[in-house]
Amino acid sequence: MSTQTRQMELEVMRYDPEKDDAPWFQTYSVPCMEDWVILDAINYVKDNLDTTLAYRWSCHMMVCGSCGMMVNGEPSLTCKTFIRELPDKVRIEPLENFPIERDLVVVLDDVMQKLHQVQPYIIRKDDPPAEDKEYIQSRGALAKFKQLTMCINCMCCYAACPQYALNKDFIGPAALALAHRYNRDNRDQGKSDRLDILADHDGVWDCSFVGACSEVCPKHVDPAAAIQQMKVDGAVEFWKQKMGIPGDKS
Amino acid sequence: MSRNPYVRPISTTTWYMRHGRYKVYVLRELTSFLVMFYSFLTIYGLSALTGSAERWDAFLASQQSTAMVVFHGVALLYFLFFQTFPWFKLAPKAMPVQIGEKKLPDSYIIIGHYVAWLAVSVFILWLAGAF
Repeated sequence: MSTQTRQMELEVMRYDPEKDDAPWFQTYSVPCMEDWVILDAINYVKDNLDTTLAYRWSCHMMVCGSCGMMVNGEPSLTCKTFIRELPDKVRIEPLENFPIERDLVVVLDDVMQKLHQVQPYIIRKDDPPAEDKEYIQSRGALAKFKQLTMCINCMCCYAACPQYALNKDFIGPAALALAHRYNRDNRDQGKSDRLDILADHDGVWDCSFVGACSEVCPKHVDPAAAIQQMKVDGAVEFWKQKMGIPGDKS
Repeated sequence: MSRNPYVRPISTTTWYMRHGRYKVYVLRELTSFLVMFYSFLTIYGLSALTGSAERWDAFLASQQSTAMVVFHGVALLYFLFFQTFPWFKLAPKAMPVQIGEKKLPDSYIIIGHYVAWLAVSVFILWLAGAF
């Protein structure tokens, strides 16, 4: 463990919904250990300098997805962003493209509704298997979507997405990647149910493949790739229907 | 305590100035102007071809002027750097190939695209009588 400290200036965006008309920046001088992440520095502020600072965090180990913030303009999971990789002055803001509830806390209602909208669960059209049976899945079938199950809903991808920034109707990266995860699951038969939402104007075709979502994703989910694959799937399905070829069973 | 969420304003005309990756995206999208230019050029060339021999020869001569050759060269480089190279690099993302439990290495798909591109280019040059 390092005992060396580095004095860092944290410019933190503050917003009190009861007092402020607009957000403003407050600077804290924090003695940081070299092995700290940004979340440690924010916790130091909360514990030692200013108890009024509001922010979300829970696990401190890249699992809960609560501590996503803008660090020097980049959507980042603050428990994964080491201070040794940053200059002495760091600007911390709430995730972009979301309304600010208070300080570094954003309102996530919109994406929560979008995640629900894509029906992120296994849909079956036939009878469930007998009680002593289960759905069989080979390792090859699991490999088709495993990467997509890594999403922790930190919403860094939405903060990076310029399409979502300009058009709040766009379903967005994480929700589309989640839909693709279920479409790719061999136990699922709900692909055609999801198609109405995904192939609609606000679905995959609103994505212009800037690719920012995948660049900032702390879990390497690669939502941009998932969306492009869905475009290919959607186009194939469209031509199958046009040519009278029976589509996917699901 | 009352809720009063603050929505940060965003410019619909200068949003891409916020980050380098957005600027690269906009530079990529600007190739659409070149596509538009080449669409008009093709229509103009076809009109010359269906017009008279003099008009067609004049069209060919105009395309061989130093200024136009430089323009075509710059346009080709712009397309290569903002369309061909990035899209071929991204092709394995949009079209992953899985055999059994393993994904086909990305390099195979990328090289496949370059080989197909070369084959199509050679075919077009052959059609144009370059060989």
